[in-house]
Amino acid sequence: MHMADALISPAVGGTMWAVTAALAAYSGKKLRQVQDDRKVPLMGVLGAFIFAAQMINFTIPATGSSGHLGGGMILSILLGPHAAFLTMASILTVQALFFADGGLLALGCNIFNLGFFPCFVAYPFIYRKISGDNPTPGRILAGSMAASILALQMGAFGVVLETTFSGISELPFGTFVLLMQPIHLAIGIVEGLVTAAVVTFVWRARPEVLEAAATGKARTPFPLKGVLAGLLVVTVVTGGALSWFASAHPDGLEWSMFRTSGKEELDAPEQGPHAWLGRFQEKTAILPDYGFPAGEETEEPTEAGGTPETAEAEPWPSISAGTTVSGLVGAFLTLALAGLIGLGLRRYHSKS
Amino acid sequence: MAGIESSFFDLTRFDALSRLDTPIHRLEPRIKVLTTMVFIVAVVSFDKYRVSALLPFVLYPVVLITLGDLPLRYLAGKVFLALPFAFFIGVFNPFFDREVLVRFGPVGVSGGWISFASILIRFGLTVTTALALVATTGMYDLCRALDRLGVPRALTVQLLFLYRYLFVLVDEGSRMQRARSLRSFGNRGTGLRVYSHMIGQLLLRTLDRAQRIHAAMLCRGFDGELRLTRSSSIGKRDILFFCGWTAAFLLMRIYDLPAWAGKIATGMVR
Repeated sequence: MHMADALISPAVGGTMWAVTAALAAYSGKKLRQVQDDRKVPLMGVLGAFIFAAQMINFTIPATGSSGHLGGGMILSILLGPHAAFLTMASILTVQALFFADGGLLALGCNIFNLGFFPCFVAYPFIYRKISGDNPTPGRILAGSMAASILALQMGAFGVVLETTFSGISELPFGTFVLLMQPIHLAIGIVEGLVTAAVVTFVWRARPEVLEAAATGKARTPFPLKGVLAGLLVVTVVTGGALSWFASAHPDGLEWSMFRTSGKEELDAPEQGPHAWLGRFQEKTAILPDYGFPAGEETEEPTEAGGTPETAEAEPWPSISAGTTVSGLVGAFLTLALAGLIGLGLRRYHSKS
Repeated sequence: MAGIESSFFDLTRFDALSRLDTPIHRLEPRIKVLTTMVFIVAVVSFDKYRVSALLPFVLYPVVLITLGDLPLRYLAGKVFLALPFAFFIGVFNPFFDREVLVRFGPVGVSGGWISFASILIRFGLTVTTALALVATTGMYDLCRALDRLGVPRALTVQLLFLYRYLFVLVDEGSRMQRARSLRSFGNRGTGLRVYSHMIGQLLLRTLDRAQRIHAAMLCRGFDGELRLTRSSSIGKRDILFFCGWTAAFLLMRIYDLPAWAGKIATGMVR
């Protein structure tokens, strides 16, 4: 579920970074308004708690395989949405930094998928609505089940959208959705059960903890409309600005979209930003493309200009033989050189 | 569970690595963070069929690892552990993209395999570099750098707290886990009931601990704001590092150096 840098494009990664940064700044501001300085250590320690809770495994009923706790919903219930979002962000950052779970550029996507949906959508609109102000075990169970499942479904859908927009993965949109949603339905059910079990325990042992979180929330109602509008603006502005820089965004994307089976599904969501991006790209593409020939007319002139052997524009599969060999030789040379530099540096370094 | 426990043992190793004293460790943290971000953006911005042009970028992690005295085998192991997601998404490319793009004599290689290779190389480059950044910087300096680069204070303070109590609470969690496994056989006692009670206990202990920490902080004059001190400044060496690498990344991004080297080499043979 944690997205990797290898699968996203700079435009998508940068946009999600900007969105997440805006959300983090907003949450930080909200927290300062509440002026509850008890929350500062509480959040940090609860973040560490999520890691610690992962040390203890349990058997998933009816399957026999073991699972562990995810976290977003429990944190929202204990801390309220703003603090929970920041705590999730810090957890995901530590996972990215120390466990290589999700990349640095993809961090914005991951925080959005696993933090925004549970804290700002599922918690206030599903969990709170179902559990109400005077929760009972039944209501807690129903609320956390529904909220966890929906949060994970939205998160998984976010992964699909971000991956598809990046255009690195070849999975058609429809197939990817069918792949991700059912898996995360199962994960969501387990997460919901665990959340309900732990929250019920706390409710029995120390009900005041839950009350504190709930009333803290009531004091600052969550203005979703304003935030969503802000997010939209941030997304559009940074997406637009970044697409200026994403000059070498794959022209293979349009090309592959013609050929993949899931063409219609792919086309619809990509229409606006992608067409826009393409237009910028035409303007900014000043660099001849040395990549693997994509078999399009536009590729031929630069390719022919670069290498005399391929000047007789033959049908594209056969032109690449010459360039392929030289490409392999060059790749080998590069790696050998990098290895040599590494060895040399190590020797030099250990001497000094 | 043994796996998770040992991966936390790894965390202490990371912490120890970050306290080495090498030319890379001595660089200003902000400079390292920025250079690494430029690196990642440059690597990720290539078009998906590009393989050869990605290779020169390997130079940056190689330099970080060798000059930073990082154990290569250990880092490679960590990268490998993180591989599944990128692998399982990328492995579909060969199925959906069957058009032959490159031929070696009779053997045709489809676009899907090429973009899959490209994904794996990107993955290796970005993950290795990120790990090398953390291992040569350390969490405290990293948070301070993020703070000074404009990341919201609430978040950096969170990160510091989380990191500080990670070790404490993970010890606590693994003690409970060990206690349970010593008192039960096989899969007994791992049901949801026992689990929820254990997690609940751990949570209550955590809440109590947070209260004690808060009291201790108040005693020391905490007023809701955490002050990060110990300043460091950007020197000439740091600027050189940043500008040099940025220029190198630009060069590697614009020109496909391996293709160029290969053309010259095969030209000489001919």
